Amino acid sequence: MADDIKMPVEATHIMMFARSVGDPNPIYHDEEYAKTTEVGHIISPPTFPRSVAQFDPEYRLRLKSGEKWFGSGKNPTGLDGPAASSGGLHAEQHFEYHRNPKPGDVFTVKARQGKTWEKESKRAGKLMFTESIQEYYDQNGELVITSRGVGVKTERPVEQS
Amino acid sequence: MALSASKLSVGDTHEEVVVDDLTRTQLVMYAGTSGDYNPLHTDDLYTKEVAGYPGVFAHGMLSMGLTGTMLTNYVGDGRLKKYGVRFTNQVWPGDTLTAKSTVAALRDEGGEKLVDLTLETVNQDGKTVVTGTATARVDA
Repeated sequence: MADDIKMPVEATHIMMFARSVGDPNPIYHDEEYAKTTEVGHIISPPTFPRSVAQFDPEYRLRLKSGEKWFGSGKNPTGLDGPAASSGGLHAEQHFEYHRNPKPGDVFTVKARQGKTWEKESKRAGKLMFTESIQEYYDQNGELVITSRGVGVKTERPVEQS
Repeated sequence: MALSASKLSVGDTHEEVVVDDLTRTQLVMYAGTSGDYNPLHTDDLYTKEVAGYPGVFAHGMLSMGLTGTMLTNYVGDGRLKKYGVRFTNQVWPGDTLTAKSTVAALRDEGGEKLVDLTLETVNQDGKTVVTGTATARVDA
């Protein structure tokens, strides 16, 4: 995520996102109900900002037409040659909310790389951590959300205890 | 309903079962809405034969999202100032997760009353899958 990403906040996306985390709270889908609440409008669930991935044209974990995909089709992986590594896992995620998002907002998401560090673990060998920070600015240039994620690449699949 | 500082004490807890018998279909739904189509979460063949795991497992962000439903039910809509977690163990189809929040501190900041919470989500075997913290605005 090198370039700024435009993320339109849409009511249908919020509704579907809330369903996918099993949250039937009407503040995520019922505009009439939302008007009667303290906030006064539909808001998004707290972890919704990460779905910015939908709007990242370069996002690596989305199947793209005409490109080979590392998941299975005829074979366990669609890639030729050596098997893809176990890839990255999510180690930490932190959000700071400066105000509640609402449908109609258009965020400009500015991303930057944070720290990187390494650690040895019994269950997965060498762990390589990378921090990334995203700042979500609204259509008026106001900061709405700050997100800090930590990804980890493991030397081998995490052993199951 | 929002929380009131006057009715809260350090050490107060709230817990909810946030998913009972997690389904593969929910992982597919989460992939679709979040846009994270990593086959580790929906593609058993890839996950077993290429990635070397016993089978598909939940997105970390789904564990955080499920934990978040307990959190927003507890503190009220639109009241969160901060929410952060560490993913300590993977979550698998069939898991039942219970998310728990404990009041760590009550304080005033910038004219607002805030509650700091510590969070922990455990699976049916009592294994911790998510730990975290949150800060929410509360009424007086």
